[in-house]
Amino acid sequence: MEFLKKNPKIFQWLFLLIVFFALCFAIEVPETYKFIRGQAEFIKDPNQSTFVFAGKEVRYYAFDVFWRLPPLLGWLPIWINDSLFFLMNDWMPMEFWNEDTQEFKTRPLLLQISRNLTGFMTFIIELIREILLGGLETIVAFTSWDFIDANPWAELPGLPWTIVAAGATILSYKLSGKGLAIFAGLTMVYISVFGQWKPSMQTLSFILVAAPLSFIFGLGLGISAFKSKRVEKALYPILLVMQTMPQYAVLVPALVLFGVGDHAAVIITMIVAIPPMILLTLLGLRAIPPEVIEAGRMSGCNNWQLMFKVLIPTARRDILIGVNQVIMVCFSMAVISAFIGAKGLGFNLLLALNQLNIGLALEAGLCISLIAILLDKMSLAWANKQTDYFGNLSFFERNKNTIFFIGAFIIGIVLAYIGTFLFKDTFNYLFEIPHNKGISTADFWNKGVDWIFDTFFVYIKAFNTWLIQDVLQPMRALYLRMPAIATIVLVVGAGYLIGGIRSALVVCGLTLFIALSPWWDRALVTTYMATFGVIVSCLIGFTVGTLCFQSKSAAKFMLGVCDIFQTFPSFVYLIPVMMLFGITDTSVLIAVIVYATIPATRYTIEGLRSVPVGLHEAATMSGVNKFQRLTKIEFPLAFPHMMLGLNQTIVFALFMVIIGAFIGTEDLGQYILKALSDKNGAGIGLTLGICVAFIGLIFDNLIRTWVDKRKRHLGIA
Amino acid sequence: MSEAVIKCESVYKIFGENAEKMLQEANGNVDAKTFQENGCIVGVNNASFEVTKGEMLVVMGLSGSGKSTLLRCISRLTDATGGKIFIEGQDLLELNNKELIDLRRNKMGMVFQSFALLPHKTVVENIAFPLQIKGINTDDSISKAMDMVKLVGLDGRENYFPRELSGGQQQRVGIARSLAVEPDIWFLDEPFSALDPLIRKEMQDEFLRLQDKLQKTIMFITHDFDEALKLADRIAIMKDGIIEQLDTPAKIVLNPATEYVRKFTEEVPREKVLLIEDVMDQSASDNLGDLRVSKNEIIENVAEKILTQEKTVGVIDGNNKIIGSINPTKIINTVFGGRKNGN
Repeated sequence: MEFLKKNPKIFQWLFLLIVFFALCFAIEVPETYKFIRGQAEFIKDPNQSTFVFAGKEVRYYAFDVFWRLPPLLGWLPIWINDSLFFLMNDWMPMEFWNEDTQEFKTRPLLLQISRNLTGFMTFIIELIREILLGGLETIVAFTSWDFIDANPWAELPGLPWTIVAAGATILSYKLSGKGLAIFAGLTMVYISVFGQWKPSMQTLSFILVAAPLSFIFGLGLGISAFKSKRVEKALYPILLVMQTMPQYAVLVPALVLFGVGDHAAVIITMIVAIPPMILLTLLGLRAIPPEVIEAGRMSGCNNWQLMFKVLIPTARRDILIGVNQVIMVCFSMAVISAFIGAKGLGFNLLLALNQLNIGLALEAGLCISLIAILLDKMSLAWANKQTDYFGNLSFFERNKNTIFFIGAFIIGIVLAYIGTFLFKDTFNYLFEIPHNKGISTADFWNKGVDWIFDTFFVYIKAFNTWLIQDVLQPMRALYLRMPAIATIVLVVGAGYLIGGIRSALVVCGLTLFIALSPWWDRALVTTYMATFGVIVSCLIGFTVGTLCFQSKSAAKFMLGVCDIFQTFPSFVYLIPVMMLFGITDTSVLIAVIVYATIPATRYTIEGLRSVPVGLHEAATMSGVNKFQRLTKIEFPLAFPHMMLGLNQTIVFALFMVIIGAFIGTEDLGQYILKALSDKNGAGIGLTLGICVAFIGLIFDNLIRTWVDKRKRHLGIA
Repeated sequence: MSEAVIKCESVYKIFGENAEKMLQEANGNVDAKTFQENGCIVGVNNASFEVTKGEMLVVMGLSGSGKSTLLRCISRLTDATGGKIFIEGQDLLELNNKELIDLRRNKMGMVFQSFALLPHKTVVENIAFPLQIKGINTDDSISKAMDMVKLVGLDGRENYFPRELSGGQQQRVGIARSLAVEPDIWFLDEPFSALDPLIRKEMQDEFLRLQDKLQKTIMFITHDFDEALKLADRIAIMKDGIIEQLDTPAKIVLNPATEYVRKFTEEVPREKVLLIEDVMDQSASDNLGDLRVSKNEIIENVAEKILTQEKTVGVIDGNNKIIGSINPTKIINTVFGGRKNGN
């Protein structure tokens, strides 16, 4: 009792928990309740009754008062769908000039905009693709199909792979030096020799369009948000939701707006990649000391010079992290957007996963990861490059990279030409090694998987059964056993205790949205999987991070590992776990754990590192041992930063859980996947996405509020 | 007296939403308290002064006294709420954006307390920056910047990044950058405050050497009264946005205008600040000894000589003409009298 009086906060938390459990026990599981909710809107169940709410029919069960809330928002997906279709097909019809038929045609404005946009995107993707691979589309775009028929020579020949490989190597050398050059060369040779050239170049052309466009738009919007409070206020909620929105969910509405194909994939990738770029640009610009801005002004900069010569370079560090994020998201989307018809490695990867050909999937995944790492390193090197004013170099020295490239270009063409004689009857391996004609290790890996399965089947199965029966099922049952009203009380109470009335209202709104949607049960399943993943990830991440922190080189090594792992597209994580655990919930959870451990580890190390040196010395002089220093000094001070890591861990885990639907889970992700193949899926997909985003935002709000308070308390804000 | 390069006529800077309206209503009678009650903060309150060509005006005040705000009004980094500012006869507040940029590119240089160097540029690139902004090509701007590097004694370090330099070296870069466009007017906002005392003294001497050579018109901001005394031709002492006193160091030390100024002057070793001229009797006495001292000597340097004399000492000007006299008692009074415990 004394203890409680001294810590009123603990008393409040205890009280909240007591109320929560009281509600849980007071509300019985209704007899008619079955885990089928989610289809409530679409399948008529004789147990349901209906009433009309605000002009919409709401179907609900008798227990839909405290146990679950009535799906009052059931109309939302349908409304979104209808609005989208209305906008696309009936809104603002206008006369547009049609090139093909040479006449004016009436078309809805948005449809026309969307068609023009996609046409433009298609053109630049095809242009880059045909430089790399050869083709007709670009020439067609400038002339016509008739022209091609009349002139059979009119075809972009495409570059032999040797030239592209040499080009990448030379460019890497110019940007960063030998190390990166060797890596680039090996990557390119690997891709080519293993017969992944064509899909890789398709993916690359997609990235080379999506990443720069996302960067430019993100930077531009970030700048305008920095300059105008109004723009920032308008952007902020969108940015917040987009950060926690699973990438899957955005695919469906994009399908309606932009159709199927690479162009839609580019646009959707931009939608996902721009928000983090905006946020980081804004963050970087905000952190610039006012005196630097004044120094720029006093140097006589006009607004343009001030922005591009002073502000942006000064904020370079954060903007670079933004570029890094953009590249990561682009590769991640390169795989996911295969669902809406993007060609390339992602498509092969999905296909291989679908056929359970783990070997092929592994090869494609490896290629995509290698290119991701390469581009990431190259962009970093480019941004860090310095000019040398004092070099008194000869013409050769100055232009050696260009000269080498021209040399490589000529040699490549000659080689490709010789190749036409060497490989008269087969494929010209010196021009392009066709898909599946290169060396393939797929069989090896598949045999390996089989061997693992044959040898360890008993153990894996036993582990699987134990995990599912003794851990996952009970946990899932517990989550589903929570009455909706109890969950809301718990979440809102936590919000109030952490952040006061404001925070409570925000989380209350977010929770109510999910509770009033028809997918509360599914959301609970998503949350349970994410919770399990987050708990295990944090345990691993915090432990590994703390251990690595003990030695400087280990910490540096671990951060490097995190960097590389983070560059892997999220889908790639599914490959090895499917190898080991097949198609089960265990696979998904292990992928979640691996993926979400990255931020947990990173933030632990960074948090511990940020503890001021002075405190270390003070602690040492007070005579603490290593363990005491860790528990008394480092952990308390690093804790806020580690909690931000927890925040990231939750977002990562949620993403992976949703992607795990590809393997088969019974959560929100499953419905998002379903919505992809549904003609009317846009509304459902978007609403589901918002639900997932809101789960993330509830935790985000609670954690951030707590961290801000704690940091202010510790004086390290 | 030569023409005024900088001229301020009752400049006001008031922060807050209704600043302009309130200033008009106040009718030249701005009271910080009433403004604060209405949500406005008075930064600069009715500042009027002139700085002539080649003169160094030091604005001294504690933090929050409005000295930096005043400087930013004159460089138009913020717009003054009221009053007029003339730069070489041009009305600063009337300039449009393009003219203002032109003025800054050619006439003004500024040094900042936190150095404000661009972290992504090397020393020489930082110095060449204002030149490149002006549109001068790379080769010319770099070679001009190299001259500046030599001027501030950083040769050999031109390819370093700011983060690789010590504070003093960074400020040398800041000084070189502000001088690169050869401005007529030089603003320095507490340039040496972030440096440790030894480096600060070294930089002050360096600064005096530069000014001796360049003869710029200078506004120098500091919170250090000793620094002000050491550098200034004239000192403006600010408190709560108001210029309490504006005069030469000697006159401020001898006749502090307000109680506030007096507090600063109390601890000042007068013999190090005052010249013979400042304390001599204007009338040449008949009863002079043999010793003659120049009117421009600092008291400290000649005090010993004078004190060993029994007779009054004659004071001469540059043409060896006797213009006044000084007796040992006067020296003793100046050095020991008028201090806190002396009163």
